[in-house]
Amino acid sequence: MSLDVTPAIARRGLADRVLRRGPLEAIATTIIAAGVVMLMQPFSLTLYSWSFATTLFGTVMFTIVSKVRE
Amino acid sequence: MNELSASSRITYRAVMVRPSVARRVRGLSDKTLAWLFITPTIVLLLAINIFPLLWTIYLSFTNYRANRANVPTIWLGADWYQSILTDPDIWAAMQVTAHFVIWTVVIETVLGFGLAYLIDKKFRGHGMWTTIILLPMMLSPAVVGNFWTFLYQPQIGLFNYVVAFFTGRAASSFQMLGDVTLSPWAIVIVDAWMWTPYVMLICLAGLRSIPDYIYEAAEVDRASKWRQFWSITLPMALPFIMLAVLFRGIENFKMFDMVNLLTGGGPGSTTEVASITLKRAAFESWRTGYSSAFAIILFVTVFGLANIYVKALNRVKSR
Repeated sequence: MSLDVTPAIARRGLADRVLRRGPLEAIATTIIAAGVVMLMQPFSLTLYSWSFATTLFGTVMFTIVSKVRE
Repeated sequence: MNELSASSRITYRAVMVRPSVARRVRGLSDKTLAWLFITPTIVLLLAINIFPLLWTIYLSFTNYRANRANVPTIWLGADWYQSILTDPDIWAAMQVTAHFVIWTVVIETVLGFGLAYLIDKKFRGHGMWTTIILLPMMLSPAVVGNFWTFLYQPQIGLFNYVVAFFTGRAASSFQMLGDVTLSPWAIVIVDAWMWTPYVMLICLAGLRSIPDYIYEAAEVDRASKWRQFWSITLPMALPFIMLAVLFRGIENFKMFDMVNLLTGGGPGSTTEVASITLKRAAFESWRTGYSSAFAIILFVTVFGLANIYVKALNRVKSR
């Protein structure tokens, strides 16, 4: 008789582990924060130019991933 | 029936009508009733929030000018967005906003947490001091802007005399609102004066939520007050501090009224925060399409920050 001692969580694939709300929300939050910093930083006009796209991407991502299961 | 008085007749009719209405209402499902109650709110929200937002998004892609409403509008695509996001003047306004937001948030958080820590000690008369500290927060920003304009007057202003008393410098030798170096700090001081009590309130809620038994356990373990502060007080109050930081950050990012009353964006454009630039483009230059695009950029930024705020709020609620 063989006993399966491997926990169920270990059998989950990489996608299952990564595609959860917590980590995805953290990524989206980081992108939004980066966009805000890019908008207000005094160093590079190029970074400023890309700030809106970054914030928008982060916000849309946050809205989508907040519907993903826990 | 003819002998009945007028009021009796009305009552009689009401009695006759009531059962049918009641039966009709009773026949509705819970879901229908819920929709019935929230429909007015949804209609109101659509009319005053969602429709203007969608209309602004549409205008941001056109050359529409509110003072020339009869001129046919032309679809410009993302031209205004490109123009705003490559404009060094708008970039400068963003940096002025950043200076204002960062310094107000830092000062308000440090002072607010410090005051909350003191008030939490429950010394004699702490209730009275709490009320006194909260007074600035209860004033209207328009009132605050007006009376600080008087306080900053170089000839008669109390602020200049207080600075003169402590530094020995002549009161009329500097202008808080007319100097390019001092005016960005003048608006920071006023905002910090007004909103530090708000941060204090949030931090106080955080400090009061820490259970006493944790400190008692630390006392048993002979942890010093310093160690208790760094290992218990600060980590446990941190979600509340983060909440205050985010809330003040969002509020100050869109600050308009107080800065407009104090300096109007001047001298030059040293205190021209993003919302004042937006107002000038919308209601002085009448570039409605351009200002709509700018408003959408600011909206997306605030919306993004609000998402983080809600996440922080949920974390605090789950404690």
